[in-house]
Amino acid sequence: MMNWLQNLGRKGLLLFEGLGRAAIFFVGMVGGLGVALLRFRLTLREIYSVGVLSLVIIVVSGLFVGMVLGLQGYVNFAKFNAEESLGIFVALSLVRELGPVVTGLLYAGRAGSALTAEIGLMKTTEQLAAMEMMAVDPMRRVFAPRFLAGIISMPLLAAIFSAVGVLGGYFVGVGLLGVDAGSYWSQMQASVDFSEDIVNGVIKSAVFGVACNWIALYEGYDAVPTAEGVSRATTKTVVRSALAVLGLDFILTALMFGDI
Amino acid sequence: MPNPDAEPLVEIRDLYFSRGANSIFKGLSLDIRRGQITGFMGPSGTGKTTLLKLIGGQLFPSRGTVFVEGHNVHALSRGPLYALRKRMGMLFQSGALLTDINVFENVAFPLREHTKLPEQIIRDLVLIKLEAVGLRGARKLMPSQLSGGMARRVALARAIVLDPMMIMYDEPFTGLDPITKGTIVTLIKQLNNALGLTSILVSHDVEETMSISDYIYVISDGEVVESGTPSSLKQSSSEWVQQFLNGYPDGPAPFHYPAPEYIEDLLLGR
Ligand SMILES: Nc1ncnc2c1ncn2[C@@H]1O[C@H](COP(=O)(O)OP(=O)(O)OP(=O)(O)O)[C@@H](O)[C@H]1O
Ligand SMILES: [Mg+2]
Repeated sequence: MMNWLQNLGRKGLLLFEGLGRAAIFFVGMVGGLGVALLRFRLTLREIYSVGVLSLVIIVVSGLFVGMVLGLQGYVNFAKFNAEESLGIFVALSLVRELGPVVTGLLYAGRAGSALTAEIGLMKTTEQLAAMEMMAVDPMRRVFAPRFLAGIISMPLLAAIFSAVGVLGGYFVGVGLLGVDAGSYWSQMQASVDFSEDIVNGVIKSAVFGVACNWIALYEGYDAVPTAEGVSRATTKTVVRSALAVLGLDFILTALMFGDI
Repeated sequence: MPNPDAEPLVEIRDLYFSRGANSIFKGLSLDIRRGQITGFMGPSGTGKTTLLKLIGGQLFPSRGTVFVEGHNVHALSRGPLYALRKRMGMLFQSGALLTDINVFENVAFPLREHTKLPEQIIRDLVLIKLEAVGLRGARKLMPSQLSGGMARRVALARAIVLDPMMIMYDEPFTGLDPITKGTIVTLIKQLNNALGLTSILVSHDVEETMSISDYIYVISDGEVVESGTPSSLKQSSSEWVQQFLNGYPDGPAPFHYPAPEYIEDLLLGR
C-alpha cells in the first residue's frame, strides 16, 4: 500500500516535471518565432517537408472520407426524400469536424513522427549540442522554423482535405447516385456560414497544429539519446498527438457550437 | 616556442560536478595557459568530455567556477555567452556534423549563421579550411558518406572556420589511420602556433598527446593526479602515472567500474 502510494506520488511528480519542461520548451520556441519569420527560407524548407510531403496522404484520405460521407449521407437522406441536402451534410461534417480532426491525426502519423525522429537523432548524434557550441541557438535555428511551418501547414492541409472531400462527396452523390448537381452546390452555399463554419474549422486546425507540433518537437528534444529512446519518443508523439487532437476537438466544439 | 609563463586563458577553481549520485569532479582546480596546447589524459569515463562541456557552458557545476578570458562562464547571460562561444571551437568526439547538409555546407554553417559575407568569400574560406584537412575534394559528399576519420576532419575544419581563439579537441585521434593521425597531430600543432590559438586536447593516445602538448594534466577520479610538461611527466614518481602512460594492466588505477566484491556477486548475486 505504502509502495503503491509512493509510486503514485513519484509518477505524479514526474508528470508535473515533464509538463513544466514542456512549458519552458514552448516558451523558448515561441521566443524563436521572430527569427523563423525573419529567416523565412528556413521555415519554407520545413513547410515543404511537413506540408508538401503530407499532401498525398491528405488528398487521398480526404477523397475517400468525402466519398464515404456521400454514400452514407445519400442512403440516410433518401429515406426522407432529402437527397438535395447531401451537399450541406458533406460540407459541414468536413469543414467543422472531419477536416481538422482527421488531418490532425494523419499529420501526427505522417509529419509529427518524422519530426520527432529527426530531432531525436539530432540530439543523439550531438548535433544540437554542436550547434550550441557554435553559438547557434537550436531553439531559433531548428525548433522555431519547424514549429511555425507546422502551424502554417496544418490549416492549409485541413482546407485541402475538406475541399477534396467535398469533391469526393460530389462524385459519389451526384456522379454515381444521381443527386441533382445544382442542389448539391446551392444548398451547400446557402447553409455553410463563413464565420460560423469555415473560420471555426480553421481555428480548430490551427490549434491542432500548435498541439501536434509542440508535442512532436518536444518529444524529440526530450528523447533519451539512444536508438531505443528515439523509437519510444516517436511512438509517444503519435499517441499523445492523437489524444490531444481528439480531446481538444471536444473542448473546441463545445466552445464553438455548444450554445446554439 | 610558447611562453611557459603565459597568462591563463581558462581558470578552473574548485569545481564540483555530479551526475545523479555519481560525482565526477570533486574540487578540480587548474589553469590553461594562453597560446599553449594543454593535454588532458585520464581513463575512460573520468569526465574529460564533461570537463569540455563545463568549459563551454553547456553543463552547470554544482559548485566552483570556470573563468574564460576572465569571464565566469556560468554567470554569463545568453548574449555574452554566445559571443564567447563564437570564439571557442569545439571538436566533438563523434564529429557531430549536421546530417541534412553536405560537407561544404557543414563547414560553411558557422559563417552563414554569424556573418553576412558574400558567397564568393564564404566559398574561399570553406575551401581553405577543407584543404587544410585534406578534404577539399569531398565537399559534395553528405556526412553519411564519410568514414569516421573523414567526419572528424570535416568537423575540425568547421571548428576552425570562424578563426576562434581557442579550440577544444575531444579525442581527435581515435579511429584514425596512422597517416591521418599524423596529419591531424601536425595540423593541431600548426594551428596552435601559426594562429596563436589556445588548444585543449583530450585524448587517450599517450604518445600523440605527449608529443604535441606543452603541458599535461592527468585526471582521475575527479581530481588532477599529476600535471607537468611531457618530459617531467615521464619522470613522474607516481605509480599511477607510470601505469597510465605505459598502459600496465594492473596498478593503482582501477580498471573496473565500482562494483561489489566479484565473488559475492557471482555466488550470492540475484
Ligand atoms: N548524459 C549523461 N547522463 C548520466 N551520466 C553521464 C552522462 N554523460 C556522461 N555520464 C557519466 O559521466 C561520466 C564521465 O563521462 P565523460 O563522457 O565525461 O567521460 P570521458 O572521460 O569523456 O570518457 P571517454 O574517454 O570514454 O570519452 C561517466 O561515468 C558517465 O557514466
Ligand atoms: Mg569523452
